[in-house]
Amino acid sequence: MAKVHSVSFKLNGRDVAVEVEARELLIHTLRDRLAHTGAHIGCETSHCGACTVDCNGMSVKSCTVLTVQCDGAQVLTVEGLERGGALHALQQAFHEEHGLQCGYCTPGMLMRAYRLLQENPNPSEQEIRYGLAGNLCRCTGYQNIVKAIQYAAAKLNGVPFQEAAE
Amino acid sequence: MIPPSFDYHSPRSIAEALSLLSSLGSDAKLLAGGHSLLPMMKLRFAQPAHLIDLNRISELRGIREEGGSLVIGAMTTEAELLASPAVRNKMPLLAEGVASIADPQVRYKGTIGGDISHADPGNDHPALMMALDASFVLTGPKGPRTVKGDGYFLGLYSTQLAADEILTQIRIPIPAAGSGWSYQKLKRKSGDFATAATAVLLQMQGANVARAAVALTNAGATAMRARAAESSLVGKPINEATLADAARLAMSICEPTADQRGDVAYKTAMCGEMTRRALQTAAARAQG
Repeated sequence: MAKVHSVSFKLNGRDVAVEVEARELLIHTLRDRLAHTGAHIGCETSHCGACTVDCNGMSVKSCTVLTVQCDGAQVLTVEGLERGGALHALQQAFHEEHGLQCGYCTPGMLMRAYRLLQENPNPSEQEIRYGLAGNLCRCTGYQNIVKAIQYAAAKLNGVPFQEAAE
Repeated sequence: MIPPSFDYHSPRSIAEALSLLSSLGSDAKLLAGGHSLLPMMKLRFAQPAHLIDLNRISELRGIREEGGSLVIGAMTTEAELLASPAVRNKMPLLAEGVASIADPQVRYKGTIGGDISHADPGNDHPALMMALDASFVLTGPKGPRTVKGDGYFLGLYSTQLAADEILTQIRIPIPAAGSGWSYQKLKRKSGDFATAATAVLLQMQGANVARAAVALTNAGATAMRARAAESSLVGKPINEATLADAARLAMSICEPTADQRGDVAYKTAMCGEMTRRALQTAAARAQG
């Protein structure tokens, strides 16, 4: 029987503790043990970004992080974006700008966009596309995803959203 | 996909990691960013009995300037390299290369030392290190030793790092002021490994090349310096004829593996083209 590790971390601001084998991946701990199914399992090979969560101020693919590595970490998932029942500006923007179709990639897109805007509150379109290069949308709805992030950035910066001319 | 079972160790110092490595022997693997090793473990290409996680060893992180060189801790992440003003200002070739690696999520976790020591010919740091004339500090039970980046790579996934050693530091001389640089990387999509890529560091004297370093990614079992291409340029201007000559000489040492990125002839031709573009760009950026 493999050794079991006690791992504690903050999940969306709340203390959580789990007992896991070393080989357990963060995505499985979140979904199967902690009932946080917002982060999705896509490719499982760290390409698609559907499992992206925020860990210690970094966007990470939670299919390629061991839970045991997260002891003491601050983990933020899509469930933690809304505040007091109000959607985060990014969630609102994805709704307004039709930034999703099937929705499978959306939690990963939102969490990556969240960190991108923390690091660069006013990104250019090119910076958004480069910053989201690790997240795939198989509906290929990138145009509106980029637009939604521009919309959210404008809202967070308190300036009116100006759609770029076609 | 879940990796096979292993015992997990999380040392807090280099000394502790070395002692674990000595006692656990060849059943142990070092875990850096994990974006090569963990996928390989999921696919059962690697099944180490022990993982020694280097992520909590703070002495393995950081970038500092020391006597005309940048000294980079092996566990410094790609994101930290990109964010570093020292790297951006004094070593733009490294910054340009790092910006082309994988994607943001991978760059937050992936480390320079892991990328180097994994020695996948598709990794970008090996050729960048060769072009920049880097040295690597390998620390073992008897202390550190320093080896040149050029010569460190022995074959596919194989380096001079001994089983009881850890790559602890990367030391890179800061290129002379006015040096031109370029990393040209052809990839099918963002995040992919290079179909072909070339790193160039160029010093000009007036209109002529004084010194050229040309290193190739994914053109053979390891990254390699294109020495004949380098020497063909010395004392000459960069023009269509000298570029074509250098590209041809770089292609002559290519032994790429055919895969879904292309067959041998295509990859070889693309190596020539990346070499030509990298030299041209580097020359445009150089001040003689």
